[in-house]
Amino acid sequence: MAVKHSTYRTNFIIIVGSLLRALFLAWKHFKSAIHRKKVLNIDDPAYFKQAAGVVTTLYPYESIPVPDNGRYRLHNEMEDCIVCDLCAKVCPVDCIAIDPIKSTVEIGKTSDGSTRRIYAATFDIDMAKCCYCGLCTTVCPTESLTMTKAYDYSEFDIRNMVYHFADLSPEESVVKRKEWDEAQLAKQAAKATPAVEVKTESTVAEGEAPAKPKPFIPKAMPPKVAIPIKKTEGDAPAASTEDKTEEAPKPKPYIPKAMPPKVVIPVKKEEPSTTNTESSSTPDETPKPRAVPPKIKIPLPKKKDDEAEKGGTVE
Amino acid sequence: MFIWSFIITLVVILTYAIFVVYAERKAAAFVQDRLGPVEVGPKGLLQTVADLLKLLQKEDILPTYSDKILFRLAPWLIFTAIFWGFTALPWVPGLIGSNLPSGIFMIFAVVSLDVIGLFMVGWGANNKYALFGAVRSIAQIISYEIPLGLCLLAVVTFTGTLNLQEIAQQQAIDSTFHSYLFGIPGIDVSAWGGIFTWNVIRFPILLPVAVLFFITTLAECNRAPFDIPEAESELVAGFHTEYSGFRFGMLFLSEYAMMLLVAILLVFLFLGAWSSPLPNVAGVHLYDWTSGTTGHWSSYAWSIFWLGLKTVTVVFWQIMLRWTFPRLRVDQLMHLCWKLFLPLSMLLVLASAIWKWFLIF
Repeated sequence: MAVKHSTYRTNFIIIVGSLLRALFLAWKHFKSAIHRKKVLNIDDPAYFKQAAGVVTTLYPYESIPVPDNGRYRLHNEMEDCIVCDLCAKVCPVDCIAIDPIKSTVEIGKTSDGSTRRIYAATFDIDMAKCCYCGLCTTVCPTESLTMTKAYDYSEFDIRNMVYHFADLSPEESVVKRKEWDEAQLAKQAAKATPAVEVKTESTVAEGEAPAKPKPFIPKAMPPKVAIPIKKTEGDAPAASTEDKTEEAPKPKPYIPKAMPPKVVIPVKKEEPSTTNTESSSTPDETPKPRAVPPKIKIPLPKKKDDEAEKGGTVE
Repeated sequence: MFIWSFIITLVVILTYAIFVVYAERKAAAFVQDRLGPVEVGPKGLLQTVADLLKLLQKEDILPTYSDKILFRLAPWLIFTAIFWGFTALPWVPGLIGSNLPSGIFMIFAVVSLDVIGLFMVGWGANNKYALFGAVRSIAQIISYEIPLGLCLLAVVTFTGTLNLQEIAQQQAIDSTFHSYLFGIPGIDVSAWGGIFTWNVIRFPILLPVAVLFFITTLAECNRAPFDIPEAESELVAGFHTEYSGFRFGMLFLSEYAMMLLVAILLVFLFLGAWSSPLPNVAGVHLYDWTSGTTGHWSSYAWSIFWLGLKTVTVVFWQIMLRWTFPRLRVDQLMHLCWKLFLPLSMLLVLASAIWKWFLIF
C-alpha cells in the first residue's frame, strides 16, 4: 500500500479504510475467543492446524505436555548407581556432592549387570546450581543418573533445591564406614605380619577407640572432588603407621580448601586443618569434632530424603 | 423523585464501573487471544471487586511538596462534575433528576468543570508527568469541546429542544413529532416507531454527526486512541500519577462514569433513547409488544432494558476501539480536531439546518 506521509489529507481515505479494517480484525479475534486452542505439544501433528482462538494455557491447571525425553530435573536411580563419582567430576558447576563408602562385600548388581561395591553416604544434587548441561547423564556408565521431565520444582527455601539420593542413613553410614575401616585394618594386619612394630601401634589405636580411624576418613572424604583414591591413602596410613600419617596430612589441608563448596560447616574445616598441621600426636581429640558434624547433618538428610522422594514421584 | 434519580444514578454508576472494568479486561483479552481474569469468582467476575477492596486498603499518599488543598479537592471536583452531568438524564420516561429545559446545555457546561479538576490534579501533585498529563488533557478537552458542541447543535436544530426528556420522547411512538422515512418528506413513519423514529434514521444527516460525536466524546473522556493525557508509555500514568488509594479510585471511577455519560448521551441524541428499535410495520405491532403500557411498570422495565442494551453496545465499541487503535500523537490529535472535525462539524450543522428547513415547509 503506497502511503504518502507528506500530508494527512491525502491519506484520509486510506487511513479511514485501514482503521475500519483494524476494527474488523479486532472484532474477528473477539468473536473467535469462544474457541480455545487445545494445549498440545509442538510435535503434535495438529499443532499448527488449530483454528483461531484463545491461546492461553492456564498453567497450574493445565500444561503443555513435555516429551518423555524432556531434560529437566536430575534423578539418580540409586539401585543402579555404582558411585563411580564420574558425574561429580564432570559437572561444570559442581552441583553433585558424593560421599562414597566402600563396602566390604558386594552390595548387589545394577540392572545392567555392573557390580555395586560402594555405598553413597551422601549423594546430593543441588538443582539450584545445576546448569542442565546433561554431561553427568552422558558420563554415567550405568545410566542411573537421568534427566526427568519434571520441570516445576521451585522452592521457597533454596536448601530444598538440594536433592538427596544417598542409599545409607547417617547411622548406617557410620556402621558401614566402621566395617570398611576394620576390614582394611585386618587386611593391613594380614599383609604386614613381618612389620611387628606397626602392628602393635595399630592394635593400640584400635584398643583406644575404634572411632579414631573414622575421623581420618572424613578428612579424606570431604574432597568430593578429590576422589576416593585419596581416601584409600588416608585410610591406609591412619591404620598402619604414624609416619605415613605425617605424610598424609600435607595433601589433606589442601583438600579442605577445595572442600568448602561442600555444604558442610566451617567448624569442620578449621579443625581438620589444625589437627593436621600441628601434629598427629593428638589423634584422640580430632575424632570427636568430626564425629559431631555428621550428627548435625542427620536431621537435614532425613527431611530432604522424604521431599526428594515426593518430588521424584510427583512428575 | 430526584432522590430516586440520585440513588439510581449512584448505584448504576458504581455497579457499572465495577463490571465495565471487568468487561474491558475481558474484551482486551479476547481481542488479543487471551483469557483475561479467570480466578476470582465464576469466570473471574469478581475480579474488579477484589481489586476495589485492595484499592481501598492502599495507603493514601499525599506528596510532601504538593499543593495539598488542590490535591485533596481535585478528585471530588472531577467526580462531582461528572455526576452532575447525570442529573439531566432521564432514566425512564418521567424519571429525571432535574427536568431542565436546557438539559444538554447544562450537561456540557458542568462536564467542562472536569477540565478545572484535571488541572488541579496536575498542578497540585507537583509532578512533571502529572503536569504534562493535565496540560495535554486540558488542551485536548477544550479543543474537542468545539466540534462536540457543534454536533449537539446539529441535533438540536433538528429536535428543536434542549430538554433530554423531550428529545427522548420525540423518538418514541407516542410523540407529536412528525417523522418521515429517511428524512425525506413523503412517507410519514410517525406511527411506525422503532428504529424508523430514531434520530439517525429519520434524519440521516445525523449519522455522520453521530460518528463525529462518538469520536469527540472518546477524546472528551480521555480514552484511547485519544489517551495521551495518561499515556502509560510516556507519562507513567499521566495526570493521576501521584494518586493512590481512595482518591485514585475516585479518578478512576470518574473516567468510567464519563464513559457511561457520553454513551448514554449518544443513545439519547441519536439512537432513540429508551424506545424499542422494533417498528410497528404491516400490522405487526412489534413496537407495542416491546414497550409496555405507558405509565405501567412494564414500560419502565422495557425502557431500562432498551436503554441499557443500547448503552452497553456503545460502551462495547468504546472498549473495542481502545484495544484496536494506537494512540494519536499530540500534533495528530490537534490536527484531527482543528483541521478536520471543526470544519466538518460546521458543515454538518449547516446541512442539518437546511434539511430541517425543508422538513418544516
